[in-house]
Amino acid sequence: MSGTQTTYNDKVVRQFAVMTVIWGIVGMLVGVIIAAQLVWPELNIGWLHFGRLRPLHTNAVIFAFGGCALFATSYWCVQRTGHTRLWGGPLIPFTFWGWQIVILLAAVSLPLGITTGKEYAELEWPIDILITLVWVSYGLVFFGTIAKRTVSHIYVANWFFGAMIVAVALLHLVNSCEVPVGFLRSYSCYAGVQDAMIQWWYGHNAVGFFLTAGFLGMMYYFVPKQAGRPVYSYRLSVVHFWALIFTYMWAGPHHLHYTALPDWTQSVGMIFSLILLAPSWGGMINGIMTLSGAWHKLRDDPILKFLITSLSFYGMSTFEGPMMSIKTVNALSHYTDWTVGHVHSGALGWVAMVSIGSMYYLLPRLFGKAEMFSTKLITVHFWIATIGTVLYIAATWISGVMQGLMWRAVNTDGTLAYSFVESVKGSYPFWAIRWLGGVLFLTGMLIMAYNMFKTMAGGNTKDVPVVAAVAHHA
Amino acid sequence: MESIYLLIPISILLVIFIAAIFWWSVRSGQFDDLEGPGFRILMDDDERPPPPVDSAPKNNSENI
Repeated sequence: MSGTQTTYNDKVVRQFAVMTVIWGIVGMLVGVIIAAQLVWPELNIGWLHFGRLRPLHTNAVIFAFGGCALFATSYWCVQRTGHTRLWGGPLIPFTFWGWQIVILLAAVSLPLGITTGKEYAELEWPIDILITLVWVSYGLVFFGTIAKRTVSHIYVANWFFGAMIVAVALLHLVNSCEVPVGFLRSYSCYAGVQDAMIQWWYGHNAVGFFLTAGFLGMMYYFVPKQAGRPVYSYRLSVVHFWALIFTYMWAGPHHLHYTALPDWTQSVGMIFSLILLAPSWGGMINGIMTLSGAWHKLRDDPILKFLITSLSFYGMSTFEGPMMSIKTVNALSHYTDWTVGHVHSGALGWVAMVSIGSMYYLLPRLFGKAEMFSTKLITVHFWIATIGTVLYIAATWISGVMQGLMWRAVNTDGTLAYSFVESVKGSYPFWAIRWLGGVLFLTGMLIMAYNMFKTMAGGNTKDVPVVAAVAHHA
Repeated sequence: MESIYLLIPISILLVIFIAAIFWWSVRSGQFDDLEGPGFRILMDDDERPPPPVDSAPKNNSENI
């Protein structure tokens, strides 16, 4: 099993992995602050009020925390499964430093109120250009590495990562089409309902490709590796990939039910959203059943606990999503906390937990250790994070349904039964629980950071040689 | 609904692009073996060797 002289490029993976934890803490801290601002409105001070901090929270957790996790895991996976070193020379460090600069610019510009006003695409045009440059470099590095792989098969996880890279490039380019009217100000190329449609075509596919396809790639590599077993059905994973890729693009209109968007477009969006249940659950079952016959491994491996729990939340939120896209359900759920709860069941339960599990797999290997500094602390992190997530989503479900029911309640004479502020008053206890859930989740991340720095101490960061592919037995 | 005139052509082009990739991947034999690749990532002994001070190797035994 002797490798060649070439080594893996783990430096960039190490950088992104460490920043995943750091940005996770920052993004979730901002989330905890804005959750507190809902409960205690007097905390809205100056530039740091809810309206300015909320986009900072979403950008930090999605693009900083989630983005760094995707870079780290895809760079690791494509090298290991392709049995080759990353291609790209100076482009590789550029993806790291460029991405960190994008994050810092977001952290400065959003609290200053410099925003396009497009959800999850708030950053102004100069930053958009930098994002494009970094992302194209990422694509070149990733596909360049695929091209120089030394095995003929491209492992399924790489298909998911690759689709994520291509789709996000397309979404970003189309939705960020804007006319600059100054260095820090621009107007969208589209207007009115056109703009809304493009925005949610972007918005939902960002969820579908950035937050789903990419993290499924993570799942298909790290769940089998951590479990020491092949994925339940490799065949199903290939079907899962193509089914998801062919059907995802048209779910966006479900964000615009009962708006000026033509009715048929809304219905198309709803139907495609319902169709998505099938590939999503296929993937979820495939991931969980990887442990079939080895369930005992869950008992004492907290990393597997993270990974398998993340798949359970993925299954839950991909069932809930299609249900919420049904127009009659949406009439109740839209604009309420239910939507926020749904998003966080996916964001905390699925995206964050699968990333955390993958990081716990990667970190010791990146620093030449046999395992994390403390396995016990991983277990503690797991339970705190799970309780935090459950508190968060249960509280927002209850307040969401309550808000929806209060807003639609009418008296016998046709007047509204409740004023809006009464629904706000009724929501306070649930917002407090939701804040507590966020505090717990953040505490878990702080424990992870301690564990990470302890693992890093005295670590060996020498590059390891590329492993030659094992002989083909087929 | 002018945005549809942009989004539908993009979707169609995308589907053609995806179909072309799919065609290539099937023709080039990517999916000829739908069992082996799942095992192969586990057979690659890519665990970083633990430092000499630490004598507890981690799940290496299953990977050979």
